[in-house]
Amino acid sequence: MMAVHLPYEHKYLRHKKKFPHVWCPGCGIGILMGSIIRAIIDLDWKKDDVVVSSGIGCTSRMPVYLDFNTLHTTHGRALAFSTGVKLANPTLKVITVMGDGDALAIGGNHIIHTARRNMDMTAIVVNNNNYGMTGGQFSPTTPEGARTSTTPYGMMEPNFDVCDLMSGAGATFVARGTVYHVMELDRIFKRAMEKKGFSVVEVLSPCPTSFGRANNQADPVDMMESLRDDTVTVKQATKMKQQDLEGKILRGIFRDVDVPEYLDRYEELCQRARERLEMNQ
Amino acid sequence: MIVPWGEEELVQGNEAIAMGAIASEIDLFAGYPITPSSEIAEILSRYLPALGKKWIQMEDEIASISAIIGGSLAGAKAMTATSGPGFSLMQEGLGYACMTEVPIVIVNVMRAGPSTGLPTQAAQGDVMQARWGTHGDHPVIAMVPCSVRECFDLTVRAFNLAECFRTPVLLLADEIVGHMRERIAFPGEDEVEIKCQPEPDVPIEWYEHYHPTASNVSPMARFGTGYRFHVTGLTHDAHGFPTRKVEEVMAKLGRLKHKITRRLDELEDVRLHGLEDSKVVIFAYGSVYRSALAAQQILAEEGMKVGVFRPVTIWPFPDVTAKKYLDDKEVVIVPELNQGQIIHEVERVTLDAVRIVPVQRIDGYQITPEQIVEQIGEVV
Ligand code: SF4
Repeated sequence: MMAVHLPYEHKYLRHKKKFPHVWCPGCGIGILMGSIIRAIIDLDWKKDDVVVSSGIGCTSRMPVYLDFNTLHTTHGRALAFSTGVKLANPTLKVITVMGDGDALAIGGNHIIHTARRNMDMTAIVVNNNNYGMTGGQFSPTTPEGARTSTTPYGMMEPNFDVCDLMSGAGATFVARGTVYHVMELDRIFKRAMEKKGFSVVEVLSPCPTSFGRANNQADPVDMMESLRDDTVTVKQATKMKQQDLEGKILRGIFRDVDVPEYLDRYEELCQRARERLEMNQ
Repeated sequence: MIVPWGEEELVQGNEAIAMGAIASEIDLFAGYPITPSSEIAEILSRYLPALGKKWIQMEDEIASISAIIGGSLAGAKAMTATSGPGFSLMQEGLGYACMTEVPIVIVNVMRAGPSTGLPTQAAQGDVMQARWGTHGDHPVIAMVPCSVRECFDLTVRAFNLAECFRTPVLLLADEIVGHMRERIAFPGEDEVEIKCQPEPDVPIEWYEHYHPTASNVSPMARFGTGYRFHVTGLTHDAHGFPTRKVEEVMAKLGRLKHKITRRLDELEDVRLHGLEDSKVVIFAYGSVYRSALAAQQILAEEGMKVGVFRPVTIWPFPDVTAKKYLDDKEVVIVPELNQGQIIHEVERVTLDAVRIVPVQRIDGYQITPEQIVEQIGEVV
């Protein structure tokens, strides 16, 4: 089990400057922010070397609270900004946090191409099943039938499975955790961040204010209990019967493969370019 | 040697832009293919890796501009190149870069629109988009080259201005200038001045990413240098943290405006020909300026004196200089490859007594000297 670092987390927050934070009581985003910090501490990364970027939304407000190099970008584009950061200075450790709408709807094109390129960065997709900040409209991850402020008769469209999508697009490390299973989340984040290549972690997180209220789960405790009861680990699932797995969401690491990383390949390309141009001269 | 310093060569406008970027020590190019700008990306894809610099083709133009903003924040001199439809997509990032005061260079090789329009033909239809295309308002810097040599020179100047003003700078070429080939003399390497935004020298705990200074531009730290700072498109205070306090909001927006409007002399760049003793002036920019000069020549041979006023820096508009030289004229002819964009600026700054006459063309072809001569003949 991972060591507990509680007293140290504060050293990684801009606590004098930016608190209290914007998140609602019962929101899960703060919990996973703690997990991110603990993973960084465990990896012994220096604050100066870490860049945390984000798009727009509740999740994307996170960087301002963190004492790293922080970049709050435009809606959906965080990974494109991160790509530029990493290209400009490959020694930086780049972590991008996004909500589900940010990452998968407006940012859908960017996330699949970032996965395809396989640049050594980590993306954290906080899935709370809706657009929290703008008042609870449906997102690409809203479950069928769920009520949101723009699906008053229930969600009609099918939703994305973030992990399937990312595996298909070529991410080299794909995992899912929840803010209920926080020790497990610490470990998953650490594995994702130390992975050489593009890693994606989907984190299930409750949004009691916007999503919960519309779906008879206004109590944050109920939502946390659902995360406990409705999810099983990949390992547990192997021992379970098919009918018991019905309706369960899997947690854990789904993909962890070694593929040549973008910037390493780019170095080789530079070498080829140098040779070719010298030949022509 | 990739830039043929001090030599004469036959090069294309887009190629000269790529050479200008290399001369400016570009570290990162991110772009998306679009006619008629693609040669810039293609040429840079050939040379930047060999120089150990970064080149990437992104998934679209929004990603391209986002990547160069991220790159600039992490220490790269960064550029993208596009044309009208891509430029529209880049407005989001352009506004973000203005707000967050990130130096980048955006080349727009203008083609005829609206929409997909005439992709292989020239226009000057994005002049107002360059000025007002983003949401919210803020000043911008934009320059318009008229020749291959200027494609080189103004690209270098665009990088320098972006650094000195900590803001995006636009180069508005057009399809004619971008695709034309001219034999040009490249300057010597020592003749080209490369400017960089100074790094902060204050202790880390004192650093403010948007420190108020007399010039309204402050030294800029980059990610990874130990100065940890926050960047957001939300209206922010001197540290970069979001704010809604009226005095901080006004300070920020005031600085954004004044860093440009109070240094107009550094930005203004006009070419004036025979304005003193002429009652008629042709006000032209970009490739159309070449037709204006030819028209002036034709009329001179016929014994008529006509002046030519050309803004090289189109934004900010040279209000004071234009007024000074145009207010006592009878007629100002404004030829443009659009349905009337800069003509409104000329009208805005000149006295009502000055007659402003358009010559416009939107079929993708250049305005000819004869068209300008004919128009002058009709009105004078
Ligand atoms: S709206 Fe939902 S996601 Fe946003 S802060 Fe509140 S609970 Fe969290």
